[in-house]
Amino acid sequence: MFNLKTTPFHERTSALCQPQNWRKWAGYFAAGSYEHTLDREYWAIRNAAALIDVSPLIKYVIKGKDAAALLHRVTTRDIHKMKVGQVAYTGWCDEEGKMIDDGTVTRLEESTFRLTAAEPNLRWLTMNAVGMEVGITEVTDEVAALSFQGPNTRKVLNIVAESPVDELKYFRMMKNRIKGVEVTISRTGYTGDLGYEIWMDNNRDALKIWDTLMEAGGDYGIAPVGILAMDMARVEAGLFMLDVDYTSASHAWIEPQKSSPYELGLDWTVALDKPGYFVGRRALEKEKREGSIWKMVGLAVDWVGMEKIYKQVGLPPQIPGMAVRGSLPVMVGNVQVGYASTSTWSPLLKTYIALAHLQKPYFELGTDVRMEITVEHHRQHAPAKVVKLPFYEPEWKKR
Amino acid sequence: MTVNQYDAIIIGGGHNGLVAAAYLARAGKKVVVLERRHIVGGAAVTEEIFPGYKFTEFSYVVSLLRPEIIRDLELPKHGLKILPLPSTFTPMENGDYLAAWDDHDLTRRELYRHSPKDAEAYDEYARVMARAAKAIKPIINLIPPDPTSLSLRDMLGLLKVGQYAAGLSEKELYAIAKLATQSSADLLEEWFETDALKGTKAASGIIGTFLGPRSPGTAYVLLHHYMGEIDGAFRAWGFAKNGSGGVSGSILNAAKALGVEIRVNCSVKQVIVKNGRAVGVALDNGDELQSKVVMSAADPKRTFLQFVEQKHFPDEFVTSIQNFRTRGSSGKVNIALSELPNFTAMPFEGRGHDSVLHRGAVSISPSIDYIERAYDDAKYGQISKRPYLDMIFPSMIDPDMAPPGQHVMSCFVQYAPYDLEGGWNDEKRNELGEAVIATIEQYAPNIRKCIVGMQVISPKDIERIAGITGGNIFHGELLLHQIFFLRPTPQWADFRTPLKGYYFGASGAHPGGGVMGAAGMLAAKEILKDGM
Repeated sequence: MFNLKTTPFHERTSALCQPQNWRKWAGYFAAGSYEHTLDREYWAIRNAAALIDVSPLIKYVIKGKDAAALLHRVTTRDIHKMKVGQVAYTGWCDEEGKMIDDGTVTRLEESTFRLTAAEPNLRWLTMNAVGMEVGITEVTDEVAALSFQGPNTRKVLNIVAESPVDELKYFRMMKNRIKGVEVTISRTGYTGDLGYEIWMDNNRDALKIWDTLMEAGGDYGIAPVGILAMDMARVEAGLFMLDVDYTSASHAWIEPQKSSPYELGLDWTVALDKPGYFVGRRALEKEKREGSIWKMVGLAVDWVGMEKIYKQVGLPPQIPGMAVRGSLPVMVGNVQVGYASTSTWSPLLKTYIALAHLQKPYFELGTDVRMEITVEHHRQHAPAKVVKLPFYEPEWKKR
Repeated sequence: MTVNQYDAIIIGGGHNGLVAAAYLARAGKKVVVLERRHIVGGAAVTEEIFPGYKFTEFSYVVSLLRPEIIRDLELPKHGLKILPLPSTFTPMENGDYLAAWDDHDLTRRELYRHSPKDAEAYDEYARVMARAAKAIKPIINLIPPDPTSLSLRDMLGLLKVGQYAAGLSEKELYAIAKLATQSSADLLEEWFETDALKGTKAASGIIGTFLGPRSPGTAYVLLHHYMGEIDGAFRAWGFAKNGSGGVSGSILNAAKALGVEIRVNCSVKQVIVKNGRAVGVALDNGDELQSKVVMSAADPKRTFLQFVEQKHFPDEFVTSIQNFRTRGSSGKVNIALSELPNFTAMPFEGRGHDSVLHRGAVSISPSIDYIERAYDDAKYGQISKRPYLDMIFPSMIDPDMAPPGQHVMSCFVQYAPYDLEGGWNDEKRNELGEAVIATIEQYAPNIRKCIVGMQVISPKDIERIAGITGGNIFHGELLLHQIFFLRPTPQWADFRTPLKGYYFGASGAHPGGGVMGAAGMLAAKEILKDGM
């Protein structure tokens, strides 16, 4: 029990992981990258097919007569409206309307759901299930998952899956078989591209799925991809990460560390029109009425402006080749109006971009701000503009 | 004549005495520390009882040593290294074990094996405790104000505490109010269902008290132990290089470098009082030393009932000190080992030098009932037949503690009552040693053949060797009626005493025990504030 766990794909991933840059993810080994530079992996997501082992993702099966009622109560979405086979992205809040975690809810059957989460939530779910007829089981170890992302993934899946996936719509799920192994395939992901997540039992058959995809994907530019390249893609997609871009209300030491769904730009996930009580409802209604003080936005750094700053020391702009998870102050004039929580170079957009939390009124689209950069060991501020999220959204993402 | 003339005399060369001396010397004062034994350190000493095997004789872990003391006295420069003590391993009666590793995810997965519910509750429990510890912590560094006094200083002090409390959230206030009144068993049963988890957590609520896990007030002691965890929030618990003697040694070096004079083998007979003021001390050897102030770093009973004639104190004060509870309840068994005991719950192969569990603490605390039963024996003056044990293997953390390939083991054992029926003698001491070995043997059957030498320390021995009345490791139990402005006694929790020029700065003063140094530092600061 002293070592990190390995996923069912470890036999393959460990043989492929050249830089041996393992990251820790929820108690599991996760490959940082498979090659020494991230370029090929990033472009597999954006231009071909990326195979990402996401088995460490925390998963719960919520089952029983009151399963929908429980999720209706805990999350901000209108769960009762969900059809079997539908997937919904949602956050969940504490009574003060501050985000605890976020993930996806999949209605597997009429009264069976799968919930994914970044952190353990069993206690929170159980506390909210008092008096309900519902079973909550963590299935993180029992269910393996592969994220298959990129514009060519549909073609590859159509080769290997028993039933074609052409009809599978965005944020829908289907039961299927690959090489005779039962899987569920959802059209979801963490990259903002065309993509699927394939869920299966954690046993030796899981390796069959990996091998089959790698084999069939060979002609379509498939590459095993680690979490570092995915981190760049998810910023482009405007997707945030718990403990990086926001702090869970149940972890926060002080009030200002907490965020509401509105402050994170999740207005569309808060179904205030849904019937009945849900956790945080009153606080969220109030915030909706009065407006939010903070908002998470996209920042695009002005290249020419940044070039000028670097030019002063005789250098061209230097940008880190991967996503940087570190807080960077954002200024207007000499006043700090917020901070960027993740920043990255976008190889596709050729832009230095960031997810940033800004105060009212500076979060309005088009606002000119300046973001901190370090130029030859000196703190400088590069001009940047508030832009719409996501930074990148290919037309085939939802088509 | 000028040879025996000082600004300050510190009675007792324990870590608090040394810290106070160093702070006073740092302010330019001429200071002498008088130590009864041949070495300084008090209960924070490391001694080679068997040649080559170093025993961290009494105290054995560092959790609360104030970081500002480490910085102010530049202790790392003087040899202080606090090494990580990364895990706690609790072997269970059914042959399984429960482990808390230093990695959050690994610990969650380990707990999950026993109870998915507990695995998650553990996180939240830790957060609630850490928040409460954070909330209560600033109070530790305040000089306790006297709530009945009308003096400006006390009023301002109370105001500060009040303002601070007003800044706490309702949730934090409730949590603190509960922690202050509950038993650790009640608290833990609200959170967890795994017996070994509850037992191990409860154990830290009874350490150094003469209470059981079902006694009210023990929940606070749990919180006291969380204080260490929020200091820099990372690896605050640890084992000092060279044991607790390493901590004292570094403070000693710092004090010497600041010009403090250290006299060992030098026991104090009495504090000399002239015109209602302490002006020096008389030694057992007949010498007299003069000073502007005298500070005692001994326990409260010695400080007020032995070193000073009682006529210099108000009757009420004397009564109150007499009533101060210093019931020793724990002992220590230090063992020199030819090889490591092999725990059947997670056995090693070979020599075990890479055995993970031996790098951390091993706790014999399979359930709350187990500990409460151990307490039942002690309540009626008996040694616990199956005691609670907290064991570490110092040689696995600092290889210099034993000859190469050999090991030392430190076993804290509770309960061993000071007031043992029939009194302590060699036979009883053997009985304590046997209770410990028989307990370990249940989980590590090879223990007997590993033993090269063994030192059994009863509370009577703690009193005799370290000079702590009652043998209580905290110089007085950390009970709610004996902390903050009540420690050691109401109205005199500010390191001053009813006798002018006589100060008190040791574990029996605010904020209490543990190798913490806070009382010594705070007392020195108060002495300097009063001028001399």
